[in-house]
Amino acid sequence: MKNRSRDYALSIREDDDHQITLLISGRMDLMGLESLNADLEAFWTDRTPARITADLSGVQSMDSAGAMLLLRLEERAQAAAVPFVFAHVSEPLRGVMGLLNMKALRIEPLLQDKESEGIFDLLGAAAQRRFRDFRQVMIFVGELLTAVMHVVRRPTAVRWNAVFLYMKKVGVDGFPIVTLISLLIGVIMAFMSSLQLKQFGATTYVAPLVAFAMVRELGPMMTAILVAGRSGSAFSAEIGSMMINEEVDALTTMGFDPIQFLAVPKVLASVIVVPLLTVYSAFFGIIGGMMVGVLGLDLTAYGYLQQSIDSFQVFDVVSSLIKSMVFAILISGIACQRGFQVRGGADAVGEATTSAVVSAIFLIILANSAFAIILYYIH
Amino acid sequence: MREVDSQPVIVVENLTMRFGDDIILQDVSFKVFRGEIFVIVGGSGCGKTVLMKNMIGLYRPSAGRVLVEGIDINTDGEKAMSSVRHRIGVLFQSGALIGSMSLAENVALPLSEQRRLSPALIDMIVKMKLGMVNLAGYENHLPAALSGGMKKRAGLARAMVMDPTILFFDEPSSGLDPVTAVELDNTINGINEGMGTTMVIVSHDLASIMNIAHRVIILDKGVKGIIAEGVPAQLKENSDDPRVIHFFNRSLDEAKTQGAAHGR
Repeated sequence: MKNRSRDYALSIREDDDHQITLLISGRMDLMGLESLNADLEAFWTDRTPARITADLSGVQSMDSAGAMLLLRLEERAQAAAVPFVFAHVSEPLRGVMGLLNMKALRIEPLLQDKESEGIFDLLGAAAQRRFRDFRQVMIFVGELLTAVMHVVRRPTAVRWNAVFLYMKKVGVDGFPIVTLISLLIGVIMAFMSSLQLKQFGATTYVAPLVAFAMVRELGPMMTAILVAGRSGSAFSAEIGSMMINEEVDALTTMGFDPIQFLAVPKVLASVIVVPLLTVYSAFFGIIGGMMVGVLGLDLTAYGYLQQSIDSFQVFDVVSSLIKSMVFAILISGIACQRGFQVRGGADAVGEATTSAVVSAIFLIILANSAFAIILYYIH
Repeated sequence: MREVDSQPVIVVENLTMRFGDDIILQDVSFKVFRGEIFVIVGGSGCGKTVLMKNMIGLYRPSAGRVLVEGIDINTDGEKAMSSVRHRIGVLFQSGALIGSMSLAENVALPLSEQRRLSPALIDMIVKMKLGMVNLAGYENHLPAALSGGMKKRAGLARAMVMDPTILFFDEPSSGLDPVTAVELDNTINGINEGMGTTMVIVSHDLASIMNIAHRVIILDKGVKGIIAEGVPAQLKENSDDPRVIHFFNRSLDEAKTQGAAHGR
């Protein structure tokens, strides 16, 4: 029986005493492995060999996978108490076959897959993870506060060059996207609300609606979410990469407090710059609404702006600035904490970055709700 | 070789280190004496890097004590630990240079935290230290622009910048070609002879160990601790422990096997 593929040929000779010779020629390697394996399995389905000889004289080349198949065949024969010999094994083939330790195929893995857990186990494990995470975040908050206290007492201890660098990265570099999105939101809000208010002839309320929403809620919130996405991810990726490169260890052994050296400049820069971005955001949101008002609703620019300014008070502006400072601390704080948690390799950095952004957004929304309640009762 | 002082500068007492349920080191005790080159060796996974990190205060032992210059680095408080940090330097496995800073800024980093010096003096010290590791002229290069060997040498310059009394090395010759590895050994030797600095080196480079170590401890993964301690030449000649014999002679065995395969 001849079996031919591109790479090898297997021919089987059986004599009257059921002594079988396998003549293999060509290349025994990964390319033809599947079919070679099938052939070698199949050749003795209908036969009871008394003796098997594997004649390798025609084999041009063999890699370790091909050798593995031959040795498995030999083991199978030995298990069936059938004598098995190799014939015409050249030096190179002997070398490859000599490299294989077939016992390795029988060694059990050291790490076994855990049995799949039930729903209660999974819930319990998840709850434990949440508690541990909360604890670590609290510890970090304490360390950050300590570092900030230290810096308040000794302002010269702050690395001001780093603070200015992060102010540029968070503020200046973030300005285009904050402006663009705030403008768009202003346009969309004005347009959508005008569609409804037109029915009541009340388009005069578009200006105060947009301005009040931007100044009180949307300005701080959108800016914070954008900063979380841009800078929160950058902070945690930077610190996380430093963790796996032992740079944080190096700072510790040189006597620096990593939190003071790495986290404080980022938090400080964010607290200074995010309120400024929020002001710009509110401003451009109003401008966006104004574009709709002037171009679509026949309002005058002056009239629109006057109505916008009349719609909010100093209290609203101040409370929004304070909100944005709190958001800034939350964003940069959780981003640094996630960065410091990184252990291992690149995928841990990716996870930390994702977690930083998601946690930051969650905390922003939580804080915003808290502010809404507090401001309601104060006012 | 310099006269080794009989004062222990580091004492590790009954150190046990556990990560969760895994015990990496059990009841390890040894001393390092002032002025000696002390090498910690063992197969991979035996805990030598964990041991070194315990000695420099990056890990807290699960049990036992570590005393550096007489100070218990885990219980004697922040101020004491801080004074110890001023006197040690550490070279991490890949140099651990701060990626966003130039070589000059990296090397000057310990100086900025602990001393008030004029920029001119700092500049001179940095140039001198870079010169000692054959990196003169590279002050303004960023770490990303350097080869692995150069990063290590820059890391060494930073570790040495305040002339510490103890220098720690985590696998200094890993990732280096044989020529550079020997040069690094010579640099280490030179610093030790010239300034009497105590060196603690984690290594598995046998040639380097035989070349420069004054004393050696061999860690074993199974024992989770020390299986031999002493002068490398003496351990090699006189030890009866098959693991120790195997450790010292394995490179000779490999050379013999290769010789046979080539028909010698």
